[in-house]
Amino acid sequence: MIGRVLSTASGGIEVVRPGMLSTLQDLGRFGQQQLGIVPGGAMDTVAHRLANALVGNDLHEATLEVTMLGPELLFHQETLIALSGARFDALLDGQPLALDRPVLVPEGSRLKMRQAVAGARAYLAVAGGFPVAPVLGSRSTYLPAGFGGWNGRALVAGDSLDLHTEVRAISLARFEKLDARGAERSVRWSAPSMTLPVRHEIIVRALLGMHFAWFTDQAQSEVFEASWRVLADSNRIGFRLTGPELEREKTGDIISGPTCLGTVQVPAGGLPIVLMADHQTTGGYAKILEVVSADSANLAQLAPGGSLRFKRCSLEEALLRRRRAKADLMTKITAIQAKYGQLTIQ
Amino acid sequence: MMSVIPHAILPLGDSAVYIEFSEVLDLAVNEAAQTLAAKIRAQAIAWIVDIVPTLGGVALHFDVEHADLPDSPLEVIQALVSKCLAMPDDLAQEAGRLVEIPVCYEAEFGLDLADIAARVGVSVEEVVQRHAAAEYRVLMMGFVPGGPYMGGLDPTINLPRRSSPRTKVLQGSVALANLQVVIYPFTTPGGWHIVGRTPRRMFDADRQPACLMSPRDRVRFVPISAAEFRRLEAEEARR
Repeated sequence: MIGRVLSTASGGIEVVRPGMLSTLQDLGRFGQQQLGIVPGGAMDTVAHRLANALVGNDLHEATLEVTMLGPELLFHQETLIALSGARFDALLDGQPLALDRPVLVPEGSRLKMRQAVAGARAYLAVAGGFPVAPVLGSRSTYLPAGFGGWNGRALVAGDSLDLHTEVRAISLARFEKLDARGAERSVRWSAPSMTLPVRHEIIVRALLGMHFAWFTDQAQSEVFEASWRVLADSNRIGFRLTGPELEREKTGDIISGPTCLGTVQVPAGGLPIVLMADHQTTGGYAKILEVVSADSANLAQLAPGGSLRFKRCSLEEALLRRRRAKADLMTKITAIQAKYGQLTIQ
Repeated sequence: MMSVIPHAILPLGDSAVYIEFSEVLDLAVNEAAQTLAAKIRAQAIAWIVDIVPTLGGVALHFDVEHADLPDSPLEVIQALVSKCLAMPDDLAQEAGRLVEIPVCYEAEFGLDLADIAARVGVSVEEVVQRHAAAEYRVLMMGFVPGGPYMGGLDPTINLPRRSSPRTKVLQGSVALANLQVVIYPFTTPGGWHIVGRTPRRMFDADRQPACLMSPRDRVRFVPISAAEFRRLEAEEARR
């Protein structure tokens, strides 16, 4: 090979095309919400963690969250990668990229991601993680205030994403541990996807919100009976829904109070907004429902145009589902980690 | 013992609870909520990751995957709140720092001063004087990073929010509504009445600390000229 430059700290991944919205995300920043700093982080934390586990990373490493229309990336170094979450039409040097499994990408490879064919967000993990400096305790990009992740913003064409200085050595050492017989630069097994929409209309479980009783009887039943469609102007801050307008019985101002991931708030127009990862930390709209935490990753995979139905859930059931979801994910992650010979202590 | 106690502990979904003191704005109630938040913070409970005092209560956010998270967090929180309420207040009460915020009230910055003056029936100068004379207290930080919600507004210059919000309110705008004063940390849409602008940055991720203000801070607004505004703005940009 002529003129080969051993790249170290820079030139890991070149962004040829950024895709619709590609941002570095991890599991978020905590302990600062009293200052208005929201946790943020990956919208689908389940797919994010599976992708990290698939390349042998710690689950807290940053991954690249890609949205709806994926990027085109050029790998300047041999890198072990995994893509999990939404199903994308993705080609690696012209061949379909195997999803949900570790793939050893040769130096000079081109990954072309096109439209998401199912789900909305996929997570690209690289062995050793993306070594951007944590800001306020996290590598997550927070777009509303422009900090964290890759220079506080989404990727643009021409960006050159750094990889770990030893990415090639780490990738080869990890790949060596996998049983890759019978599969070219990959393995024959894959991790199950856990958060993809399984049907046209997804079911999202929710608890009654603080102001549920402030709505009319009709609104209280409609919110569970209606099929809600996600509008195009939905983003990492919130999903705007369309359906019947929910009317309030008790009117008047609400003083600004706390909001959470999954809070379903209803502004004056009557159409609900579900707060997502980058939501405002406080708000003065009526809160009609709260999406259960076990369903938030699935909701994150619903693309604009997709539909959902809210299903009433008790706190006991929500807690039970959350424990089950965690156990389920950890079983799968432990199985992946075992392939790398990693012992995990839960 | 506290004289103001919460009237409800409400689940906020399955990953947070809200300890509600009041559904209306009341400075004494907010002070009680801040005190309770400080006491809970001092307990350093690993699975409670965010403790957020708000205008009328305290929100506690859980790490839903923490190994120590109890099976029934609501009951544990109820016991925790009772325990903290029974503790003496003096440990948790702080005087709060005094923060001085330079504000330019000139017409190009105080976009709604004339409107406020007309609606409350005093001169623009009087609105500015009454606004700058008060000492405020940060009741809650939120909406966006570094955004203070302050109580202590002179009720004679109070108004409800604007009927139609502006699509663009410039960073640093100081605005009033509903007996509160806010400062916009970023250029965003907004529906409050703008009285002036500060050149100080409420939030800067590269600064230590990133947020200029904290809950419970005492705040005074110091009127400055447009020339001084520009000088301080340039100084902030060079930091």
